[in-house]
This record gives sequence, C-alpha cells and structure tokens, in this order.
Amino acid sequence: MTGNGHGTVTGRLTRGRLWALVLAVVLLCGGATAYTLRAADRTALPVETPGGPALTLEGPAGGFLFRDTVTGRVGRHDPGAPGPRAVGGPRCDRFHAAGPTALCLQRRPGVPTRSYAIVLDRRLRELRRIALPGIPNRARVSASGQMLSWTMFATGDSYATSAFSTRTSILDLRTGYLVKNMEQIPLTLHGRRYHAPDVNYWGVTFARDDNRFYATVATKGRTYLVEGDMRRWSARTLRGNVECPSLSPDDTRIAFKKKVSDDPKAPWRLHVLDLRTLREHAVAEERSIDDQAAWTDDRTLAYGHEGSVWTVPADGTGTPRRSVSGATSPAVLR
Amino acid sequence: MYLATTGRPDAPPPRTGARRRVGGTVLALGTVSLVTDISSEMVTAVLPLYLVLGLGLSPLQFGFLDGLFNGATALVRLLGGHAADRGGRHKRVAGIGYALSACSRLGLLLAGGATGWIAAALAGDRLGKGIRTAPRDALITLSSPPEDLGRAFGVHRAMDTTGALLGPLAAFALLWATADAYDAVFVVSFCVGVLGVLLLAVLVPGGAAGAATVRGAAGREPRPRTATLLAPLRSAPYRRILGATALLGAVTVGDAFVYLLLQRRLDLAVTWFPFLPLGAAAGYLLLAVPAGRLADRIGRRRPFLYGHGAILLAYALLLSPGPDLLVLGVVLGLLGVFYAATDGVLMALTGPLLPAGRRASGLALVQTVQALARLLAATGFGAAWTVWGPSTALVLAAAGLSAALGGARFLLPEDPPVEGHPSTERHSS
Repeated sequence: MTGNGHGTVTGRLTRGRLWALVLAVVLLCGGATAYTLRAADRTALPVETPGGPALTLEGPAGGFLFRDTVTGRVGRHDPGAPGPRAVGGPRCDRFHAAGPTALCLQRRPGVPTRSYAIVLDRRLRELRRIALPGIPNRARVSASGQMLSWTMFATGDSYATSAFSTRTSILDLRTGYLVKNMEQIPLTLHGRRYHAPDVNYWGVTFARDDNRFYATVATKGRTYLVEGDMRRWSARTLRGNVECPSLSPDDTRIAFKKKVSDDPKAPWRLHVLDLRTLREHAVAEERSIDDQAAWTDDRTLAYGHEGSVWTVPADGTGTPRRSVSGATSPAVLR
Repeated sequence: MYLATTGRPDAPPPRTGARRRVGGTVLALGTVSLVTDISSEMVTAVLPLYLVLGLGLSPLQFGFLDGLFNGATALVRLLGGHAADRGGRHKRVAGIGYALSACSRLGLLLAGGATGWIAAALAGDRLGKGIRTAPRDALITLSSPPEDLGRAFGVHRAMDTTGALLGPLAAFALLWATADAYDAVFVVSFCVGVLGVLLLAVLVPGGAAGAATVRGAAGREPRPRTATLLAPLRSAPYRRILGATALLGAVTVGDAFVYLLLQRRLDLAVTWFPFLPLGAAAGYLLLAVPAGRLADRIGRRRPFLYGHGAILLAYALLLSPGPDLLVLGVVLGLLGVFYAATDGVLMALTGPLLPAGRRASGLALVQTVQALARLLAATGFGAAWTVWGPSTALVLAAAGLSAALGGARFLLPEDPPVEGHPSTERHSS
C-alpha cells in the first residue's frame, strides 16, 4: 500500500520480530479482554430477590440509611437487628433522606454521560426526576423533607481545561420551584456586594425553618461559609476555610471540612463550628475526610471514608468508630 | 545540511509526477501515535468520573497541580530533544516516553484512593508525553524528503487525531459494558499503551538502519554533546521562526476559551460541552493532510499565517451577531483549519532549517516556546475576562492577534531555501 517506502520497512521486519509482535498483540488483547470480562462479572448486579419487607424511611432510632457500595442501592443499618442488610430502591451515586423524602443522584453510563436527581417518597418510589449535567457530588434534604439541594461537578465549562467547577441546585417541593444553578444569588463578601465570574457553590445544608441555609462558596481559590436566605434570595459570607457544611439538628452548630494542609494526600480535617460563638474545634477523626458529614443526633457525626460509614462524637472527644462497611452517604432514619 | 534526506533506506521513490506516497516510517509513527492516543484519551475521558464517583474525591484540588505540570513538561521536552540528538537516539528516547505514559496507567490502577499516587501517575503520563514529542517529530523530518514534510506531518497528525477521537468512545463503551469498572478502563488503556510501545519498537526503524542515517548525518557536524540546549539559536531563520511562534502564541487565546464563549452564546447544555472539542478535532482530522499538501506546494510560511488568520476570523464571528448555529459550525471548522494549518506545518517549516543532529532539540525548543506563550495568553485572557468581561477580552485578543500577524508576516523567513530548489524542479517536470 505504500510502495517502496513500506517495502523497505517490512524488509527490515524480520519474520521473527513480526511473529513476536503478533504474539504480543494476541497476549495484550487476550489480557485486556479477560480483565474486562472479569470486571463485568464482578460489577454485575446480584439477581434481585422479590419479596421481603420493602425498605422505607422510617426505622428505630440510632439506625440510618446509606448507599450500599456493592449494589449502589439504598441500604439500612439497624443497630438492634444484625444480620444481612436490607437493600432496596434505585441505584444511586449519592443519597440523602430526611422526613418523608429521599434524594438519589444517579449517573447513567453512555456517550454523553447523563445524570439525574431523583426525588423519592418514604417507600423509595420515584416522585420526580430531573436530568442534570455533570457528575453527582453532594445531596441534601432538609429536616422537613421539603427542601432539596444537590451539587454536581461539571468538567470543561471553565477556561482552564482540566479545572472543575460545581453547579448547585435547590428544589422546593412545596412549590416545585427549581433553582438549577444558584451561582447567580446576590452574594455579600466581607460585608460588600461581590461580583466575579468564578464563584462556585457546593454543599448546601438547610435550617429547620426551610428558609435559612448554609453552603460553601469558592472564589479566587478561597472557600467561605455563606449563610443564605431563600425568601430574600441572598447570601453573605460568615468566615473563611469552610467546606461542605452540615447543620446540627438543633440548628446551633455546623460540621464541616476544614483545609488544614497543602499536602494533597491529607488536605482536610473534620471540624465543628458553634454558630453563636463562632468558635470551632476539630473532632477526634484525624484522617482527611472528604464528605459532607451527617448528624445522627445532636451529639454524633456520620461520614463516609474509604467505602465505610464512620461515626465520631461532635464535641471533639472519643474516637471514630466504623459503623457500616461497604457503605457511603449516611442519612438518619426517622 | 540536508544529508539526512539523501540515501535514506526508506525514502519514497523519486517523484513521478502525480501522487507521491508517504514514507513507511511516517505511517509507522502515525500508527504508534494513533494507538497511544486511544490509550491516553481513554483515561482522560473517564478520569473526572473516576475521581468523583469511583473514589469520592473532590477534584478541585487537581486543577492546581495541572499548572505545575505544564511548567515541568516544558523543561522535560527540551531535555528529551537534547537526549535524542545525542548520538541519534530518537527512537529510544521516544520509546522511553511512550513506555512511561503506558506505565502511568498501572500507577493509576495501583494508586487506589491515594491522591498523592494519582497525582504522580498523572505527572508520569505528562512527562512521557513531554519526552517523546520532539524526538518523534524529528524522526518524521529525518525520514521524509524536506519537500514532502508538510504532507508527512499532515498524515501523522490525522492519524494521531483519529486516536484521540476513538479513545473516549472506547472508554465509555467499556464503562457501559462493565457497569463502571474504572479499573478495566485503566487495564485496557495500559495494554493499548504497551501495544503502542511494541509497534514503535518493531515497525519504526531505529537501531541499525534508521539510526545509521541519523548518526551519519550527525557525525559530520559538531557533536551535539558539546552543544548547549540553545545551540539551534545560532541559525537566523530559526530564530525568526521562534520569534514569530512566540509572538503568535502569546495572542492565541486557547480553544478552551472559544468553547466557553460558544457555550455561553448558545446556552448549550453542559452535557454537550465535551462535543465541541470533538467537532474541532474532526475538522483537524479532515484538513490535516490537505493543509500539509498545500504547505508543500506554496511554502509553509503562508499556511501557518493563514491558520492564525482563521482563528482571527473565529474571534470576529464570536463577536458578530450572526445566527448562533451557523457561528457554532463555522467557528469549530475554523478551529480545525487553525490546527491543520499550524501544528504539523510549523514542524515542517522548522525541521529542514535544523541540521539533522540538532533536529529534536530544535523542534523541542519551538514547541516549548509555543506552549509557554500560549499559557501566557490563556492567563492573560482569563484575567482580562475577569476584569472587563468576555466581549472586551475577545476584542483585545483579536486586536493583539492582528498586530502579531503583521509582525509574524515580517518575521517569518520568506522562502526557506529548502523549498525553493525542489519546488522549481517539480514545476518543470
């Protein structure tokens, strides 16, 4: 096909080298195929067993729901009833639930990849489905179950090609009103109205009145805790270096991840901030946690780390404890 | 000076008039690049998903590391070119680069959730790319007659881009088939990458015959061992090309900004955002060979300027009130023209000006200067965008590019001597 030029190349290609190449190609293709088949086998979902009690959002105190890492579906941890875990509902990549509502963020493979936020009722049946761009990251439901928020990572919509940006949405179930991307909310930074194209919000958490909320805003490489107001649709920064806030059930404290090191291996420590005194303390978890913590009660935090859900006292005492393995995205049972 | 082009073992037959063929080495290098690009684009396409969903990390911290790597790669590129020139070890140095990138996939697989190791694996991939690019481009120039270089680079870049288009498709198909087994993507990418290294080892002449050409040519000149990294700067036409490249690079805004402007204008769903680069790549793929042939016929200087003219036109269109879909299509097409008329053509323009023994380091220097100038442009444009908004920033960029084009027209050597001689010969035949 290339006349002389090609002829001399093949001329230099001894028969032995050609066979070695063919053999290598066969081995590489075989290896790649075998690995892929094994991986497909491993990730194949177990056949569903119909019957058994349907999973609901109600349960005994002390228990919680989570995302089962094996099936990707919703699991229930019930400290009083050991045994095989109950698993149900749709496959999710992030999950949260409160009151009568659950929120499931789901990514569907394909070209292009599609993601959905799925609102579920107390029996984990689908109520509403919203198509989303990006990769699911944080999900949160207010205590009443009426206010929902989620954060997606969007790649490529920033000018530095490999940088990520976030898109945070808020859905009010009472009115059905959806804020697709909250980055247009009027923001007051250090007491002044702030305008910049690079603001990114993530990790919303709602107060009990379903109006006040807290979130992280990042701009110019710094992160801040913002307090927002749904009715007035405005936000103001409270302090710096707060990511993924999570409001305690009594609305007095915020658990958050604080950046404590530039070492990419361990950038964060879980902290708790008292909103009245604005004093913060670290909790006993010394590893770097990259999650939006959940309060199982007014004294305890739950969070995902390396495929398990852990709990630790919120006041800085005690030690972290592994509650459920093979689980992420903890949410308290009502 | 052009010893490398005489007596090559794989030289295409003398021109008989109509269609000439691209040398076997160029096709072999094109195949290696195609396979390697499939391997690397597979990983690039799934990496964000893997970090966020597979590992549960917040990847905002990776953006920072990226800028750091870009600086490091520039240096590594120069070292790669220099190492290749020493004793004509182009194939071996390129091979090390390809192998390093392939092994970085295993690094990703073994890193698990350890962000430090993930960053190291990504850095390994970049380093490999930095090391191999200049030796590979030097091999292309050394194995093609100078009058056919434009087309040779066109063919190589078209094959390279084909791989880049196939990679994400392969990766998403794998994720779909395995229900999100990211490790399977890394393993397959590793196997494909190793295949690329093997193809290079077996198909590309180096060692005995190939290197003899390069060494023979290098041997008659002062050994690059004694030369510094900046030795090619002694040639005046080369310096002028370098100056023009830096000048144009420093006002070329970067396609990421163009995509962002298109997305804002059309209010495009973010889901479709990844398809904008694919559109430009498809244009590049289709136009790379014709642009290279044109460069062989009319000289490489003009297509290089026309290519930057195309991007100037794209800026103007982005500022114009034309119908959105038309603007989208034409701007993506113009980006394709830009790459087709500038990327390989610049190498074809520069290569013949360099003695064979300094080709890799000379090409590396041009590529590095271009990359750094573009980095500067992106930073500056980003700042202008933040301060004055996108429209003003774009007007400034267009004005800067117009001025730079005027300067580059003056700077670029009129007709590199290498093209004068063969092209007159061709016209007379």
